[in-house]
Amino acid sequence: MNDLSSLRADFPLLQRTVGGRPLVYLDSAATSQKPEQVIEAIADYYRTINANVHRGAYRLSEEATNAYEAARAKVATFIGASSPSEVVFTRGTTAGINHVAYGWGLNRLRQGDRIVLTVMEHHSNIVPWQLVARHTGAELAYLRLTEDYQVDLGDLDEVIDGRTKVVAVTGMSNVTGAIPPLPPIAAAARRVGAIVVVDGAQAVPHSPVDVATMDADFLAFSAHKMLGPTGIGALWGRRELLEEMEPAEGGGEMISDVGLYESRWAPVPHKFEAGTPPIAQAVGFGAAVDYLAKIGMPAVRDHEIAITRYALGRLAEIPDLRVYGPSDLAARGGAVSFTLGDIHAHDLATILDEEAGVAIRAGHHCAKPLMREMHVPSTARASFYVYTTEDDIDLLVTGLHRAREIFGLVG
Amino acid sequence: MAIDELYREVILDHYRNPRRRGTLEGSHVHAEGENPSCGDEFSLDLAVDDDTVTDIAIQGQGCSISQASGSMMAEAVVGKHVSDVRELAHRFKRMMSIEEGENPVDPSRPGAVLGDLEALQGVRRFPVRIKCADLPWATLENALGQIDAASEAS
Repeated sequence: MNDLSSLRADFPLLQRTVGGRPLVYLDSAATSQKPEQVIEAIADYYRTINANVHRGAYRLSEEATNAYEAARAKVATFIGASSPSEVVFTRGTTAGINHVAYGWGLNRLRQGDRIVLTVMEHHSNIVPWQLVARHTGAELAYLRLTEDYQVDLGDLDEVIDGRTKVVAVTGMSNVTGAIPPLPPIAAAARRVGAIVVVDGAQAVPHSPVDVATMDADFLAFSAHKMLGPTGIGALWGRRELLEEMEPAEGGGEMISDVGLYESRWAPVPHKFEAGTPPIAQAVGFGAAVDYLAKIGMPAVRDHEIAITRYALGRLAEIPDLRVYGPSDLAARGGAVSFTLGDIHAHDLATILDEEAGVAIRAGHHCAKPLMREMHVPSTARASFYVYTTEDDIDLLVTGLHRAREIFGLVG
Repeated sequence: MAIDELYREVILDHYRNPRRRGTLEGSHVHAEGENPSCGDEFSLDLAVDDDTVTDIAIQGQGCSISQASGSMMAEAVVGKHVSDVRELAHRFKRMMSIEEGENPVDPSRPGAVLGDLEALQGVRRFPVRIKCADLPWATLENALGQIDAASEAS
């Protein structure tokens, strides 16, 4: 395993205790913890540069603008975008997908057109499309899943048919960690001239992503899941598509001229950034990608493969425990969903928290269609990141044995 | 330890062997409840005759706390006058600190005030789980409200 253990010292929150025990944080798929470097960058911005961007004719404002745009350039480089102008700052992944659904979909989709999703999508890559389908008369169709909850490529060309205009797919499931095979899915989309939208909320924080080689048109992701602050994310889009896309929000900062009845938009990406943007958060986002780039995303991915291998091995020792999702480590990331006998996930989460200081997520993980496919109302989910150690997994396993004891499971 | 106070044997028993599970034939009202944030579901059929609960049947899926609370509630309300059911609900909610007021449970006489339901007291220590215990009661209030509305209309 790549030894990333020295990184833990960078994360002040991981030093704290809960109920007298050291915190074991296994909910990074929901949000990641933040290193000192990110916290400091945000504090330092407020201490030394804070001003509104893109409009002040004074030096401080120019410095703030430069810091904001420098962060955009860092994010662009991080994902291999050819220009910072292809990166739109958003509120997060959800906002990014809504930008595409409303800004592109609302104007381009017609009655009878098809939007193709997969059954494993997060609600944020389903509901915006349902809304736009309702407005436009387009229909939704789904790629089904295999027995281990991977995308079934068997009926690819049947689902992605000649009517299809959009194929929107996750880069990595937040529930099972499954990484759908994007190349064949994107190729099917290309055959019928559909655009490809990737929900990168999990994929971008946890694996090397290069939009220059990835066959996608849009990629949405969130800073807070990749060591950055909440309240900001990014939408990358191909230049020509961003040019033809309408802004989903109007307001200050996004115009080149405003008349009483008509306005003209600022050039991309600013036409999508109405209102004062999250400037400090952008600076923190920049610091987060600096931090990840320094580790190197291949090393991040290797660490997570190693920790997931270890976790799957240890979980397999626990009687009555069932893991959902692919077992092939090359086709999955570090989010592990499981059930334990007849113990409900919320009870597991309470017991792990109380008895082992372990924070996991319990519930439907904003993926109810996938839950129905799995025939469970909820699962427990442990998810990992750069700072996760084998000790964390051992404490999870200890807590799960304790849960079996409390619920009187024998054997 | 707090966790043992939470997962009392009687709670696990009601979770695994819920009482009065099923549906009712004949005249009854039906109410459904859910906690959208966690996905717990609970629904019930309630038959009331001459202001007395004559029968109840429960359905649902969710954590041990929500389902045990519903099972215990079903056992506790059958045969009671509607006004006593409401009083029971208020006592339960005071015990769980959902409603303001003194906890009615008398520690020197375990079970004397709320019967098996007193086993749910341990949930007080776990604020995020209180809504689980409350779900069946909120659903019951919905059902009683329907009965009130029907009697006002007639």
